[in-house]
Formats: sequence, structure tokens, C-alpha cells
Amino acid sequence: MIAEADFWLLTILLGTGTFLIRFSFLGLFGGRTLPDWALLHLKYVGVAVFPALFMPLVVWPEATAGETDPIRVIAALAAFGIGLRFGVIWSIMAGMGALYALQYLLPAF
Amino acid sequence: MTQRGSGHVTRRAAFLRGYLDCAPFILIVAPYSMMFGVVAREAGLDVVQVMAMSVLVIAGASQFTALALLQDNAPVFVALLGALVVNLRMAMYSAALVPHLGHARFGVRALMAYLMVDQAFAVAVRTYEDRPEMMPGEKVAYYFGCMMLICPFWYGFTFLGAVVGQAIPPSYSLDFAVPVCFIALTAPLLRSGPHVLAAFVAGIASLLFAWVPWSLGLVIAALLGLVAGAQAELFLRRQKPETEA
Repeated sequence: MIAEADFWLLTILLGTGTFLIRFSFLGLFGGRTLPDWALLHLKYVGVAVFPALFMPLVVWPEATAGETDPIRVIAALAAFGIGLRFGVIWSIMAGMGALYALQYLLPAF
Repeated sequence: MTQRGSGHVTRRAAFLRGYLDCAPFILIVAPYSMMFGVVAREAGLDVVQVMAMSVLVIAGASQFTALALLQDNAPVFVALLGALVVNLRMAMYSAALVPHLGHARFGVRALMAYLMVDQAFAVAVRTYEDRPEMMPGEKVAYYFGCMMLICPFWYGFTFLGAVVGQAIPPSYSLDFAVPVCFIALTAPLLRSGPHVLAAFVAGIASLLFAWVPWSLGLVIAALLGLVAGAQAELFLRRQKPETEA
């Protein structure tokens, strides 16, 4: 069980802290232009953060207690391959579709 | 800000375009937020607490992290730190949005900051890069269009998850919707060699640094990836002196 006081303290601090992170540069530098070296690096934020988020989730999923699950790896590759050619929505459908199809066909995993 | 006769119309169109461009993410946001509702109730929170967290924080990954750490009886400040580190990536989003949205009024920027989520960030930045002719006002309207779609679904489905809760069996593997979402966001961003390199370096580094406590491995991996991408772009520019431009 989570203590009531702990929960509210955490939620309020996390809410405030998260807002300050989101507001950081947008709040500080509003209206100003950033130096070229900063703009150059910022172009790669999304493309660097997202793989760092999903790779551990794909390779060591929590649902299998961190065991690599071939079905999930294949489904991730399907989502990636389809996403390269056809965009976001097809990528999502391919990933979840492949996961369900393989789980149905190979119940052993 | 300059006001043109057509400004209002183009801003409305931009808002709508953002709204539609982000529509596919309902498929992800709905189950993801619902899952948070379910998991939070299972951890012993009541419906008011679940909703308070989702409204005050609106950052799913950090909410899951905070909850898991609290359940493990971690001290509040450790749970807070772990969850905040997960959100550090958004400082990078905040910086990346400055060139496009930094002109807006203070209050508007604050509202945009509150609403900043991964999916809308990825879609907005891609659109801004693809359409450099967009006016500053249009960019702001587009951003709000993206967010106005996602935000109500986030609240609504958290609530639904908290209320109907246990009805979703784990066999649906909804946990996998999270990485699939981020894969779907990444693939269309891989538009050049440096982008591919950045993604590759960040992905491998996230595995190598997964042992670093409090999710700091994510931050290290992301920084390595974006430096790799930027350096690769500089290298290519030196190889091929500007022939166009």
C-alpha cells in the first residue's frame, strides 16, 4: 500500500518538477534565437530519445520478467520496417498485429 | 506579431491539420492511459488520486516509474528523482521547440509546456521541418491542434481504466503498445544518414547503459545519439562543400 501523505507529496512535486522541465528552454529562451551548434544538435533529439526509450522495452520486456521474447523482437522489427515505408499508423498496426498473430500461432512462447 | 487578413483562417486550418495528424495516436494513448488507470488502482490508489496524478503530471512513463518505486517502498525523494529523470528528455523537446514556438506570449508558452508529450512533439517537429513556409502563428496553432486531441483522451481513458480496471486481461500484451508507439514515431524521422546513425547509437547505448540507476542510462544514450547525429552531419558537410544553397 502507498501512504496517502507520500502519494500527495510525490504527485505535487512530480507535477511541478515535470512542468519546470517542460517549460525550461521554452520559458527561458522564448523569442530568442539559439546558437547554430545548439540548433544542429536539437535536430536529433527525437531520433535519439525514442530509440533509447524503446530498445530496452523491446529487448528486455517487463511482461516476461526481462527475458528476451523472440515474438516481441519480430513484432518490433515489423513495426519498424512498415513505419519506414508507410508511416505511423501502419507501423502501430503492424507491430501489434504481428505480436497478436505470432502469439496466436506460437502459444508456446 | 504581424496580423494578415488571412491569418485567422490559416491558423484555424493549421489547428485542424495538427488535430488530424495526431489522430492515429489515439490508438496508443487510449490503451496506454487506461493501463495507467488500471495499474494505479491495483497499487491501491483511489480514483481521485489516479486522476490527480494524470492531470498534474501528464507524463505516462514517469507516472509508472513513480508508482513502481513507491510500491517498492522507496523513499519519496528517490521515487521523485527517478520519475523526474525519465522526464528529462522533455527538456530536450523544450529546447527543440524554441526556434518554432519561442515567439509566443509567456502564458501561451506555459500552456504549451504543460501539454508537451512525446507524440505531439514528434509530429509537430517533423511538420515544422517539412514545411518551413509555416508562419509562426500557424506553428502555434498546429501544436495546439496536436495536443487538443491527445489530452482529453489521456484524461478520459485514465478515468475509464481506473473505474473499469481489472477487466483487461494481461494476455492482450498492452504493455507492448508503448515500445511500438516509440518505434512508430522513430521510423518516419530517419530521413538521412546522420538521423539513422543517431538512432542506432542511442538504441545500442540504451542497452549498454541500462544498468545505470534511476533511468539515467536513457539520458546518457540520448545525448550520445544526438551528438553522433550532429557530428555526422558536420562531417558530411565538410566532405561535400555547399554546392546548393
